Formats: sequence, structure tokens, C-alpha cells
Amino acid sequence: MVIRLAKSEKELREIANKLRLDVIEMTSEAGSGHPGGSLSSADLMAVLYFRVMNHRPSDPSWDGRDRFILSKGHVAPILYASLAESGYFPVDELKTLRKINSRLQGHPVRGKVPGVEMSTGSLGQGLSMACGFALAAKMDSKKHRVYCLVGDGELQSGMNWEAAMFASQYKLSNLVVFVDRNRLQISGCTDDVMSIEPLERKWESFGWRVITIDGHNIGQIINACKWAKRARTRPTVVIMNTIKGKGVSFMENNAVFHGKSCNEEETVCAENELEEAMRFCR
Amino acid sequence: MSQMLAQRDYYGKALRALASREDIVVLDADLAGSTKTSEFQKVCPERFVEVGIAEQNMIGVSSGLAAEGKTVFASTFGVFATGRCWEQIRLGAAYPKLNIKIVATHCGISVGEDGATHQALEDISLMRSLPNMTVLSPADAYETYAATMAIAEYDGPVYMRMGRSPVPVISKEGEKFTIGEAKVLLEGKDVSLFGTGQMVSNCIEAAEELRKEGVSAEVINVSTIKPLDRETVLASVSRTGCAVTAEEHSIIGGLGSAVSELISEELPSPVQRIGTMDMFGESGSPAELFVKYGLTSGDIAEAARRAIKRKR
Repeated sequence: MVIRLAKSEKELREIANKLRLDVIEMTSEAGSGHPGGSLSSADLMAVLYFRVMNHRPSDPSWDGRDRFILSKGHVAPILYASLAESGYFPVDELKTLRKINSRLQGHPVRGKVPGVEMSTGSLGQGLSMACGFALAAKMDSKKHRVYCLVGDGELQSGMNWEAAMFASQYKLSNLVVFVDRNRLQISGCTDDVMSIEPLERKWESFGWRVITIDGHNIGQIINACKWAKRARTRPTVVIMNTIKGKGVSFMENNAVFHGKSCNEEETVCAENELEEAMRFCR
Repeated sequence: MSQMLAQRDYYGKALRALASREDIVVLDADLAGSTKTSEFQKVCPERFVEVGIAEQNMIGVSSGLAAEGKTVFASTFGVFATGRCWEQIRLGAAYPKLNIKIVATHCGISVGEDGATHQALEDISLMRSLPNMTVLSPADAYETYAATMAIAEYDGPVYMRMGRSPVPVISKEGEKFTIGEAKVLLEGKDVSLFGTGQMVSNCIEAAEELRKEGVSAEVINVSTIKPLDRETVLASVSRTGCAVTAEEHSIIGGLGSAVSELISEELPSPVQRIGTMDMFGESGSPAELFVKYGLTSGDIAEAARRAIKRKR
């Protein structure tokens, strides 16, 4: 089964909120984890796993699959939710997140979980790894694409810019990077901690195709992915303006929920809000 | 005087011979002329990847390539290969157990005139502490060639180190290399001299000096530091009752530590370690540095006498 162009925008909005609900449930059950950045990237993940990417959940190592590298590995919950909901493993297993003997480690581990392409979580490294995947595809004349999600905070790490130069030099037009520009990191505002501005001009000066979108607008995400496919010689970066904690009122733009799960009361509120949002999508 | 050959020249020759294997990709960080990966580049430019002076990215790219089934060789100087990108190796090579061979040249104090910034004396220690990692330090040019062929056949992360300068040939061309096997080069009964890298030839010289005094020294080439050949090490020490380790590396964390850890747990016996004594190197000729930092055959012989004296 190839999951492709499967879902309408309306359905994708509902799926994104289902993924958010999974994130809240699994991090609350675990008592820890990173819900904030998971929620900000939920719409992208819904679009990638339920519409844009070629992949076969029943055959995770299918050679023709598009590759997805989660550089911001701390948002493992949203990746696990996307993999489970698209059929890589039982949704029930999500509640084992971060528990002893679970394959759903705090940060994703290659070889442990079907669909996880690479071990990540130490920030700043996923883009280089994605370059390796993309270069291998070019060397072997393979047509699949490599998608990589990076956080905005982790762009403070110099290794990303080594990779940005590399992707440009090696004409990795099969590489698409999404920046989850939620403007918050664990210590506060990205601009205060260490500004990464001017972000668009940085990527442009490194030779990339750049597009900035609303990262919560399903239509814009889909269009950006279409635009990325038109790349011929240059890699593409999609800067997604997002809201950390998107979808749960008290978590939105709240850096506290970068690396902290909801307590019991907050969990109930968050679940109610997300269930309501899902009903609204129908 | 035995023949002198540079190990890196034979690393380059081996890569050249491996170029026919389509799964092999070689990366370098602006040092291909020095590490001799240029030999591969000459015959196979399409599978040679120049990353520029960006070693961390080199390892990250290696991870992606290896995940796609490539057998990756990534080379630069030892200081940069292990120190600059230790955590990239940890996350992207060791933890996911990917097929990446990090082959470093310019290791040890014999780098010479460039001085301490370029003399890797901690690299074995850094790599040995990583789970899943195999650590090799071949003794001469021919063994380097054979080891390169062997690691190309092995599926998993490997660190292999060598020096810059020509070193005495002590093995035979075409000799088989088996990962994890230490070789007894000279049999003896009074002391075991465990050497790695070019220090093996110094151990052979030391054994000769000791023989003139009536001391019978066994010389073992420990070209695989991890996994250590426990059987060979313990069998030798059980015969001789004491040991000397010799490496062109800090006495902390390298061969001396590996052998001491094993012997202290399994067969407590006197051990003397030859290596740099928890200090940085400096500029000078390799020969001058070997004398100043206590790495000569005479230093090994003296350590052997101390070890023998400490036996009960």
C-alpha cells in the first residue's frame, strides 16, 4: 500500500489534531517529554505522512520511500504519533513512550522503531545526516526525496551551516528542509537567546531556494512541498512560522512546555480542546 | 636497518584497490593529499566526497551515506577525526552501529614539527570508550594495507589510526589481518612487551637489547586495541608474569589502560606503561621527541627491567 495524496485538506486538519492529542496523551502518561515543539510541527507531519511522502508503513525499508529525518529529535512524540497513526506500529504502543524496555525512547533511535531513519536528538546534526541520505540518492540515481525537520533554536549550531554549504555545493535538489520557526527555545525567545536572523537571507546566501509560509496552514504546506519538487539544482528550505504549543490555549507561545508534560488537570483541558478542534474539522 | 614505509601511503594504495567496489565512498576534509585518500579520488572521483574543513559535517554526511548502504571511509588527521567530531561519531556512527570507517593519519607524537595541536595522543582513549566501536592501530605499512582490506569487509563502525612518518616494516606483504587478533612476534618467558602502532618495532628492538642481558622478552603486536585479544594477552602474561605496554599515545585510556584493566581483573601482575605521561607534545623531529617523551626502545627495555624486578 502506498499512502499518497490520500487525504483532503479538511481530513489533514483533523489528523493533525489527532496527532496533537496523541502527543498530549503520551507525554502525560510518560510524565515528561517535549510537547511544545511537537504541537508546533503537527500540521507539517500530517501533510508529510498522510499526503506528500511516498512510503509504505507495512514495508518500512521499501527502497523507493521518501526519507524523513527528524533533526529536532526531542519532538519524538510527534514522529511516533505520525508513524503509529499511519500504520507502522500499533497506536496503543504510544503509551510506552520513555518507559523502561520500550522501543519508543525519549529521542528516536534508528533500528529500534520501524520508520525511524536515523538516531537523532543531539541537536544540530540531522541536516548533515540528511545531506548524506540525499547524496546517496543522487549517486545511485534514485528519485525519492529527503525531508528534514529542524528546529529554529538548533540553527544556532554551526554544524547546520557546514551542511547548508555542503547541500548547495553538491546540488542536493532532492533535499527539502523545514524550519519549525516557533521562536521559542528552552531558555526563552530565540531572538534573546541567540538571534538567528536574518533567517531567509542566511539560507539564500548559502545558495538555497527559500520559501516562508504559515506552518499551520495545511494548504500552504502542501503548496510549499509542490514548489520544493520543482527544484532542479538547489536544495529547498521551507521556513514555517509556527506557534509553539499550537492547538492548546495555555500551551501556545509558552516556553515552559518546551520540555515539560501536562499535569493531570492540564491534560484534561488539553484533551478537551483538541477533541473539540477535531469535531470542528469534521 | 629495516625498510621504512609510510602507513598512509599503503592506506591510499588499499583504497585504490577497493575502488572497484561500488558500495565504497570516501570522504575527506581538505587533507586528501596528506591522508592519501587522494589515491582513491584519482581513480574514482565520482565516489570521493570533499567536505572542506568541516569535520563534523563529514561525519554527519557519512551517517546518511552509511544508512543508505554505503561502506564509508572518512579520513582526516587524528586530532580532528576523533576530537572535533567525537559526539557526531557517538550519535551517528557508534550508537546506530553504522558502517563507517574513520581512518586517521598524523596520530602520535611522530607528527613532529607541527607540534602539540596536531599530535593526537588521546584518540584511542576517545574512541575506545564508545560502545560498538572497533579500534585498530596497525604496526606498519603492510599491516595497514591488510587492515584496510579487513575493515572494508567488516560491517560496523571502526576507528583506525596511523602516523605521518615512514616506520620500519616488521610484517610481510600479503599477511592476513584478522580484526581482534593480537600476534606474538617473538616468544619469551621473562616479560611480555605489548606494543601497538610503530611502537611494536621499538618493542622488537627492546627485546633484542634485553636478550643481550640474558632476559627473554615476548613481543606481541596488539593492532586491535578494541576488542582486545584477551586470550593472547592473558596467555602471554601467565607465562611471563609481568608486562610492559608501549604506545605512541597518552598512558591514559589507550593500550596501557586496556591491558591493565584486563590484567588487574583476571591475572594481577606488574604492568609498566610506556606512552606520553599525561602531557601535550611539542615541535621537534620525531626522533628527538621520542627521546624527550620516553618512547624509545631503551625506555621500553628499562620499563621491562622494572616490571621483572616487581615480580614476586
